[in-house]
Amino acid sequence: MEWTSFDTWIVVTGALSAAACALLGNYLVLRKLSMMGDAISHAVLPGLALAFIITGSRDSLPMLVGATAIGVLTAFLVQALFRLSELEKGATMGVIFTTFFALGLILIRQAADHVDLDPSCVLYGAIELTPLDVYELMGMEIPRAALTNLGMLAVNLLFVGLFYKELKITSFDPALATTLGINATFLHYALMTLVAATTVAAFESVGSILVIAMLIVPAATAHLLTDRLGAMLVISVLIAALSALLGHLGAITVPTWFGFTDTSTAGMMGVATGLIFLVTFLLAPRYGVVSRVLRQWQLSLKIVADDVLGFLYRYEELKQPQSPPVQAGDLQKALKAGGSLWPALWQLKRRGAIRQTADDVLPTETGLAQGARLVRSHRLWESYLCDALQMCPTDVHALAHDLEHFTDASMSEALARQSGDPNIDPHERQIPPLPK
Amino acid sequence: MRQRSTVGGAYLLTLLLAPALAWAADAHDHGLDWPSLMDFLRVLTLQDYNTRVVIIGTSLLGLAAGLIGTFLLLRKRALLSDTLSHATLPGIALTFIIVSALGGDGKNLLFLIGGAALFALLGTGSVILIQRFSRLKDDAALGIVLSVYFGLGIALLGLATRMNTGNAAGLSAFIYGKTASMLLFDALLIAWTALAAAICSLLFYKEFTLISFDASYAAGQGWPVVRLDFVMMTLAVVVTVVGLQAVGLILVVALLIIPPAAARFWTYRLRPMLLLSALFGALSCYLGATMSALMAKLPAGAVIVLTAGAIFVISLLFGSARGLLRILLERRAMARKIGRENLLRSFFELTEADLAGAAIRLDDLLKQRAWSPGQLDRLVSLADREGLLNRAADGTLRLTERGIQTATRVVRNHRLWEAYLITHADIATSQVDWGADEIEHILDGEIVRELERLLPEADQPAMPASPHALTPAAEME
Repeated sequence: MEWTSFDTWIVVTGALSAAACALLGNYLVLRKLSMMGDAISHAVLPGLALAFIITGSRDSLPMLVGATAIGVLTAFLVQALFRLSELEKGATMGVIFTTFFALGLILIRQAADHVDLDPSCVLYGAIELTPLDVYELMGMEIPRAALTNLGMLAVNLLFVGLFYKELKITSFDPALATTLGINATFLHYALMTLVAATTVAAFESVGSILVIAMLIVPAATAHLLTDRLGAMLVISVLIAALSALLGHLGAITVPTWFGFTDTSTAGMMGVATGLIFLVTFLLAPRYGVVSRVLRQWQLSLKIVADDVLGFLYRYEELKQPQSPPVQAGDLQKALKAGGSLWPALWQLKRRGAIRQTADDVLPTETGLAQGARLVRSHRLWESYLCDALQMCPTDVHALAHDLEHFTDASMSEALARQSGDPNIDPHERQIPPLPK
Repeated sequence: MRQRSTVGGAYLLTLLLAPALAWAADAHDHGLDWPSLMDFLRVLTLQDYNTRVVIIGTSLLGLAAGLIGTFLLLRKRALLSDTLSHATLPGIALTFIIVSALGGDGKNLLFLIGGAALFALLGTGSVILIQRFSRLKDDAALGIVLSVYFGLGIALLGLATRMNTGNAAGLSAFIYGKTASMLLFDALLIAWTALAAAICSLLFYKEFTLISFDASYAAGQGWPVVRLDFVMMTLAVVVTVVGLQAVGLILVVALLIIPPAAARFWTYRLRPMLLLSALFGALSCYLGATMSALMAKLPAGAVIVLTAGAIFVISLLFGSARGLLRILLERRAMARKIGRENLLRSFFELTEADLAGAAIRLDDLLKQRAWSPGQLDRLVSLADREGLLNRAADGTLRLTERGIQTATRVVRNHRLWEAYLITHADIATSQVDWGADEIEHILDGEIVRELERLLPEADQPAMPASPHALTPAAEME
């Protein structure tokens, strides 16, 4: 792999456009407008084409204006059609953006005769070519596309900075925003205008379809990682920039594994951001699939371990001198814990709550104390449910069995106080005193 | 009201204007190769066997898409089809690469369609996984899958175009659609698959109707909703993948969305909607495929979608059930009725004692309600033309026989409602005028009889007295 200044500029351009998109994308994701981003990014096509046809060049400014206008028109038409046709919003978007896109395709075919312009360029971008078109700035040759996207990023930052509070309130609680006198309509169309403009500014680097990957995926990923808007904005921008880097790296390295030279950087940026999303989707600390499964598993282990200790304590209570020690098989039969029993026993052994010799499971001093505490919670709950809540006819044992695992020391003492510090539970069994 | 027609108009204008502009810009150049009239007729009347099969196949595709799209639209899944059509790209590119690398014909339609269908299903599965196992909303799930799969597709397409073996150039037909490049076999495949999908969706008519309108009821009745949804999505996938070559993968979704959306403006009932939607779909495809066959430069997908878009705009404006024009006319008729009845009631209240004899001046009427002189003048002229009152030379107004009848009926409805509000809804006497003012215009005969039954003290058919002082609105403000 050879890394040249070309590659650096490609990554910088990609990162800037991706960051500009991702910043606004946060608000699209939070306001459930993701598909509006999709609709706008498809619908700007005729705007681009018209600008080409009218000006006869690939100048950035007319394109930006023409396409942005069409983008805002799309947002407006979607809203208007939605209101007056009783169609669902998705269908409204579908009708409008496909029509616009079709129009754009035909216009571009026409324009292609005059301007050097390939529809696939517009659709997937030509980021590999952006470093060829440079602009002299303070003695440095900077790709024009990088400058355009830098400008767009600055505008978006300014917008988000200026309206941070208003955007936040309208995103999370539109009704509150209206009562506070925030003009939600203005903010909506301002956001849509910027989304359209950003789409256009980015189309040269990532193409008009992949823009939506940068609009939505980094923001959605950030949404899985944090609950705070400020952090979400920062994370999404970082992820966007990272996808640009990984995307370009992937585009020039991955194909070589299969005997190709390289592939589309824009496409690989989409893949990279998708992979980052996938990893987050699985492993995010709070909302990830794996972490959620892990947490549930840990909880179920804790409950099994609690039950083992409770069983051992109750066995100890009833034990005659000649009773044999509890065996793992007995626990399995009594608790019906299935495969979770073994890791639970292992955990208890590590905690020093039990000893295991061959198949015998013997509680230690600590184990017995913990079991006593658990059984105490259980029987206190039963008394409380029976006496204070008058629930005795129902199966208070089952209720207490669920509650005991979530009752800490202070709560069980509060229960004891509430039910008058009883010694005997409703089943005439002794409530163990608080262990030392 | 004005905004509605403006929006519709703007939409129509954009649609009509843009191609015109394009052609204008093109006029001085060798842009489109306009077909000769003979060619045109030959294609339109399906003379050529090849063209005939292509056009019939595409039309059948439109028909099937119209049917299945109707159910998707009612199931509120319209945009899911967008996601799954974008998700086919990696399937197409990957199949092409693998088949070419193995030495086969990379552009074999069966393989490509198989790969596309596989990825469309994968994409749908991914959407469902994200919806189910993350906190993200549906729209984000759709957007993520759409864009990431499409990105993967473009990356793979990049590889495909850099391959030595096989020629990837024709793959772009799958992105933009090109009926002209279709082989006879492809067209036959489209025709038969579309026909099968259409028949299938009709076989499931009852089940699809049920889950489209009330999925939880269907589940409660013991229908396998998940499996039925799967069938529906599979049919959508089938239509999408066989439509790829004709319409292109970005626009094939339009076939599933636009015809049913347009059909909704013509009817409130499902059967006619299905019929119309199928018709619109087939018509769009027929016209689009014809144009594309005649003018090779026009991407077929775009023409088909624009035709569908034009049908949509026509339906939006002139649809007989929910069309804007109909709504506009209904509102106008209602506004006229309200104006007329308000005028007559004011007239009646001014001259209650001597309806036929009293002549009223405009100034007196003006004080009765909050209307402007212009408004009042228009109302009076209208009532004059309708023969409800006569305007004398000196400007005084007198009700005609018909005017008196109508006025009496309106005021009676008004007072019956007031009496009802007072006796049965416990509303203060001073408040009832407002409620009755709005409802009096839509009280039909049946409700009036019901009121008479409920209000024995309103000794019909006599006119009840007004329960409150008839203070002119102008003085109240």
